[in-house]
Amino acid sequence: MTQTADVTASALDEALVQWLLRIGDTSLILGHRVSEWCGHAPVLEEDIALANTALDLIGHTQMWLGLAGQIEGKGRDADALVYRRDAMHYRNLKLVELPNDDMAITVMRLFLFDVFHQALIEGLTQSKDPRIAEIAAKALKEVTYHLERSSDLVVRLGDGTQQSHDRMQAALEHLWPYCGEMFWSDAVDETLADAGLAPHPDRLREGWLATVQDILTEATLKAPEGRLDVHLGGKVGRHTEHLGFLLAEMQFLQRAYPDADW
Amino acid sequence: MQTGSVLPDTARIMGWLDDVPDPEIPVVSVTELGIVREVWWEDATLVVAVTPTYSGCPATAVIALQIETKLRDMGISDLRIETRLSPPWTTDWITQGARDKLRDYGIAPPVDGTASGGLAAARAARMGGGGNLVIECPRCGSGDTRRVSQFGSTPCKAAYQCQACLEPFDYFKCL
Repeated sequence: MTQTADVTASALDEALVQWLLRIGDTSLILGHRVSEWCGHAPVLEEDIALANTALDLIGHTQMWLGLAGQIEGKGRDADALVYRRDAMHYRNLKLVELPNDDMAITVMRLFLFDVFHQALIEGLTQSKDPRIAEIAAKALKEVTYHLERSSDLVVRLGDGTQQSHDRMQAALEHLWPYCGEMFWSDAVDETLADAGLAPHPDRLREGWLATVQDILTEATLKAPEGRLDVHLGGKVGRHTEHLGFLLAEMQFLQRAYPDADW
Repeated sequence: MQTGSVLPDTARIMGWLDDVPDPEIPVVSVTELGIVREVWWEDATLVVAVTPTYSGCPATAVIALQIETKLRDMGISDLRIETRLSPPWTTDWITQGARDKLRDYGIAPPVDGTASGGLAAARAARMGGGGNLVIECPRCGSGDTRRVSQFGSTPCKAAYQCQACLEPFDYFKCL
């Protein structure tokens, strides 16, 4: 009896670590992509706003991956997880690793993700694991602020000039087939949902579609007709070629000079 | 702590921390901002619970270091600083005195009730042409101001401009 309970507890912990890597890595990689605009954004206010958004996301990463390392119990802290894993061990959504390319892609990606993120984090404030609920309560205010900003920008740019409209529509078409992964689930998600630790990703799909549709209509943009779930696999470590380049840059210092500190 | 001496009581320690300035807004202290949540003794070890303002605020580490430096200067060598996430920090914890200091310093203090309400608030703000909440210019006191950007020079601020005196200013976001 005791043995069974132990096995169950350790299986839950294993799923929990995987789940924390997914949410933490997604926050990290999106934060890194957004931070790439620092010093390069088209206007100063956007530059500052994007850098601040990146800071929030990387702050969340420290909390999620810090908890992952703690539960894993192998002596890895958030930094070790960030700087010492290869692409195949990353568990972020593919959506967030795609290159920025165009400002329209950055803005549209933030919006599509923020709608999902806000609902997810809100759900997590009700987690039965107080450690998760606590991080979510802290992050919720920031994530809500992100959504206000990105939805506002999507409307301004979508319903802006012909050029801004067309670029936003193109960004939407480009990102749409990657969005389904946000709602994709496997045994890890089932385990967390069954234990009351996290909302089932599938439960977030309908609300996401409704909110996204609302804002797109206001922005005079058209939701693509194609499937959402074309590009899957990030959550289980199958990534696009872009993640390797991102990690090469992000991890260079710690790879070249392990344990460098200043 | 030196042997043979009595441990200073926590109210006195909080008083010392009143002298520790916020690294980015040095006119207010870490206690006035409400980020020092509690101090207590665990035997001879002093524990200080600090809550971050924003998750990714780069000042968090500096704040912890400054608190530690101050306490060591006051003769406390056995101490530990704990990060406390819950309940999350809110601008409601900023003292009235600190709000006045912020205004004098040129930063509009947070207006209660303006915290992010999500999509609904954003859309209402758009339809109302920037929202109906009055952020007063810290320079001339006019309520005729507009938001330039949701983010300002630090994560805790937004950029505003006064339409009356034309002064650009920071607004301490309500959280």
